[in-house]
Amino acid sequence: MSSVKIMVCMGPGGIASGGAEVISAFESELRQANVSADIHKGCSLHKVGCFGLCSKDVLVDLIIDGAKTTYQSVKPEMVRRIVSEHIIGNLPVAEWTADENYHNFYKKQVKVVLSDCGRIDYENIDSYISEGGYKAAEKVFAGMTPEAVTAEIKNSGLRGRGGAGFPTGVKWEACRKTAAGQKYIICNADEGDPGAFMDRAVIEGNPHAVIEGMLIGSYAIGASRGYVYIRAEYPLAVERLKYAIKDAHERGFLGSNIFGSKLKFDIQLKLGAGAFVCGEETALIASIEGQRGMPRPKPPYPVFQGLWGKPTVINNVETLANIPYIIKKGSAWYSSYGTEKSKGTKVFALTGKVKNTGLIEVPMGITLREIIYDIGGGIEGGKALKAVQTGGPSGGCIPANMVDINVDYESLARVGSIVGSGGMIVLDEDNCMVNMAQYFLQFTQSESCGKCVPCRIGTKRLLEILSRITKGKGRDGDIELLEKLSRDIKSASLCGLGQTAPNPVLSTIKYFRNEYEAHLKGKCPAAVCKELLTYYILEEFCKGCGACLRACPSKAITGEKKKLHKIDPAVCVKCGACFDVCKFKAVKKE
Amino acid sequence: MEKTLEKIMKEEIENEGNLISILQNIEARFGYIPEDAVNWFSKRLDVPASRFYGVTTFYSQFHLKPRGRNIVTACCGTACHVKGSEKLISAAAMELNLKNDEDTTENGEITLERVACLGTCSMAPVVLINKKIHGKMTLEKLKKELKLLKKAAQ
Amino acid sequence: MVKLNIDGRMIEVAEGTTILNASRMLNIEIPTLCNHPKLTPFGGCRLCLVEVKGVPRPLTSCTTPVSEGMEVTTSTPALEDLRKTVLELILSDHPNDCMICEKAGDCTLQELAYFYGISPYNPPLLKGDKGGFLGERRIYEKRDGNPFIERNMEKCILCGRCVKVCDEIQGVGAIDFAYRGFKSKICPPFERDLDCEFCGQCVAVCPTGALTGKMWQLRGRQKDIKEVDTTCAYCGTGCNITLHVRKNEVVRVTAKEDKWNEGWLCVKGRFGYTFINSPDRLKKPLIRIAPKHIADFGFRISDLNSEVRNQQSAIFKEVSWDEALDYISAKLKEIKEKHGPDSIAGLSSARCTTEENYLFQKFMRAAVGTNNVDHCARL
Repeated sequence: MSSVKIMVCMGPGGIASGGAEVISAFESELRQANVSADIHKGCSLHKVGCFGLCSKDVLVDLIIDGAKTTYQSVKPEMVRRIVSEHIIGNLPVAEWTADENYHNFYKKQVKVVLSDCGRIDYENIDSYISEGGYKAAEKVFAGMTPEAVTAEIKNSGLRGRGGAGFPTGVKWEACRKTAAGQKYIICNADEGDPGAFMDRAVIEGNPHAVIEGMLIGSYAIGASRGYVYIRAEYPLAVERLKYAIKDAHERGFLGSNIFGSKLKFDIQLKLGAGAFVCGEETALIASIEGQRGMPRPKPPYPVFQGLWGKPTVINNVETLANIPYIIKKGSAWYSSYGTEKSKGTKVFALTGKVKNTGLIEVPMGITLREIIYDIGGGIEGGKALKAVQTGGPSGGCIPANMVDINVDYESLARVGSIVGSGGMIVLDEDNCMVNMAQYFLQFTQSESCGKCVPCRIGTKRLLEILSRITKGKGRDGDIELLEKLSRDIKSASLCGLGQTAPNPVLSTIKYFRNEYEAHLKGKCPAAVCKELLTYYILEEFCKGCGACLRACPSKAITGEKKKLHKIDPAVCVKCGACFDVCKFKAVKKE
Repeated sequence: MEKTLEKIMKEEIENEGNLISILQNIEARFGYIPEDAVNWFSKRLDVPASRFYGVTTFYSQFHLKPRGRNIVTACCGTACHVKGSEKLISAAAMELNLKNDEDTTENGEITLERVACLGTCSMAPVVLINKKIHGKMTLEKLKKELKLLKKAAQ
Repeated sequence: MVKLNIDGRMIEVAEGTTILNASRMLNIEIPTLCNHPKLTPFGGCRLCLVEVKGVPRPLTSCTTPVSEGMEVTTSTPALEDLRKTVLELILSDHPNDCMICEKAGDCTLQELAYFYGISPYNPPLLKGDKGGFLGERRIYEKRDGNPFIERNMEKCILCGRCVKVCDEIQGVGAIDFAYRGFKSKICPPFERDLDCEFCGQCVAVCPTGALTGKMWQLRGRQKDIKEVDTTCAYCGTGCNITLHVRKNEVVRVTAKEDKWNEGWLCVKGRFGYTFINSPDRLKKPLIRIAPKHIADFGFRISDLNSEVRNQQSAIFKEVSWDEALDYISAKLKEIKEKHGPDSIAGLSSARCTTEENYLFQKFMRAAVGTNNVDHCARL
């Protein structure tokens, strides 16, 4: 019998679309069809990490004698046909295989961090090793000095992928040069930015790359202990990482006498408890120490005084997962991607109103247009692109007319946004920019630690002003007030959270001032802000079907069957249920 | 309770735990942070109870009151927000008859809560029902799920 | 030593000194609310921001250590503008009822608001609908059954000084920060009533009217008060205290930071002063001349009901010190002669100084002739 490998996406998107059910369907179908008495012999079934195009999940790769076929949007009930026609009959089920759009999605991507994600079995350390895993660490431990390792990372031009973009090699070097009996390396997996999930996908899809990255880092800076600070909201990532650490221990990649050296390195997991601010490095340190996650002013920087007062390097998941590949293939190879100052590739979580949502990895400097239209397949439902929000609550909005901008640290900063951790949310004409600013402020305000005045009270006041604008109660001068307060909060706040919290406000005012002005005049151009809307039914379209009447939770709609229905504005709670349910577009909101 | 607390103590010593992991352990076992448990650990560890309280209230994972037997968690991440999570939440609150700031139904069966981001943004909007993830949620689907929960509770 | 330049003036200070402390050495005032010289720096109020050449954003001078060749500017229009905004934000979440606030006239926040010209009627930034500052304000249910510390947490600016003093100086940790963001508050565990030693160090370091003494309420403004430095008589530690006297009555006790006890006191020293103006206080020696049968019961004056107490003159006779001492010496001699020196014992007090205790044992041994001498602290 030929060799058959079935790879099922069990990434964040795969699971949410029913990946586990697809796997058990394969198991039972294979058993029933008696394909192989021992599933792992001739025909093997693998759970793998994120493929990337989550909107077409569950994605399944079927590799028969080295030839790969991808199935998209697989449901458990489709498995029987795939098994009988393709695995047994050797004839792909053409109507379910990935289409052109799927291949276009990958065309402009360059996979480094994600190169093994979706290809290797995350539960199987041998799967990682067979793809060259732990070779980089071996190379480092066997024949490179710590100086050479830091130099290699410095030359690669790799910058922190968590958001700030600080050169990783420089950080490592500073820590290496600091004399101390004990040093630490911390992997920051507290991916708190709403709208970003690359760290989750990397840990879940390729946990050993993160471990190997930490191992190399520990060698470079001279740390014998490492911590992974990971969000408790990612239970799966925690589980897979735990498992991977245990495996790495058993193989001797962690523990004592690593690769025959006298060095030891251990990794401990620390679970976050639900606080966005703990992604800030000094707050993260406080949290690992078991305290309230309140940041402290820098200097002193953690590379000099970090965890328990000892020199500490804190790197983001994606940064660390890059390390093994850079060591293996060389800094020159890595820095051949990207722009002059932003080297290599970056993973983005492409979401929102774009056709292809998912995880993408692109070379730095690619244009936003290429990402949205070539990779993302354009805007959903034929609507018009309005803006792209990057960098989450610390970032900003890039308006549609700037879509040809290069995506790199410098270019995005120039237009008032940031690369950030890599969230990229596409907004269309139905999104209200004042509402977006309010959304982000709501988030940062509730996640503020409360230590410093500008962030604790300032973001609250910003939010209050934004809220009254979206309620149609804005006052003359509110826009200017927002701008002034935003600038002051940015300058005076203690940590990165407060220093960047006003960015969504400033960037939406910068590019969409007209929307703010419209709100001051009592109109929400995108018809989002509830208080500024009225719902009514258009006589010429209403068929009197009664769907809206049944959907209305507040009984604001009246009307007899097959006759015109009416909405009582005094009772209407503006939930939009009627608008969503009407098949004849008879419900109008303004 | 005493026995459970002793057990937690032993585990935390073995795993080099700290204040946060102790509280996580308590939360996992009791479903919330009982005052008595805090006072017990405060005495045993000679750490002021105020420190425990400070940490408990800082992190959103900890609860001071028991929650419902069923937990519905609506993701409020950016992608979910853009795709209408607010609508889902207000509809769910209405369906569960939750008023004002209440997050748990009167009979203590269902708790509706928000989470900043579940990292499943490409499936937005996302709702977690008793730890099972539901992607591309719609008003109808959510109402159906909630009705099922309510029925099972009766 | 490190050399640096602050506002154009050179100074050399020890390594590790903060910019704030170096500036103070030059008598340059930098406003701050959360910094306290005896507590670890916090960096929360953001008033002490300064500009350092080569650093793109302002730094808090209270947390930033000096470095060689540093060039610091402590006041620029931009910095003053930021400070103004910060103060205005603080006051937008503050009751602003200075006219009836216990702390008025002695309040750092009030002082800064004054010098920066911030009033609810003329705020440069956050003017609300009808004058007044803009926005929601924290409101707390009051929960204060204790007799010593008055907590008005709406006035709390979350500078954290009380939390630090309770932890770092007193080692108690009765209070801590709770919640986060705008909902942050400082409270005892589970927001119960304060249950601690009531040393009142928190009251001493609070820069606003959030923490004051219950016994001080409505007893007078600082300007009408005469300060009298003295030594606490409660124990041999001998803390320096300052009595705040109004109309010849002690209305409050504080301690000065430059004295050896560094401004710290215990519950007795800080709050146990009412005996001073108590009508029951003994001011002159009394000799008991009570009828024998009453004396046999061993009453204390305070145990007697007021009627009996009013007949004090019938039981005790007020005498001069000479008379009293003569009386004691005569009695001691009489006992010694009749029963021998070992029938007498002396018990000394922890409220006396070492020198006084030395003299007392000397007296017992040399004058009375017995080794029967002891001290209450040994019991």
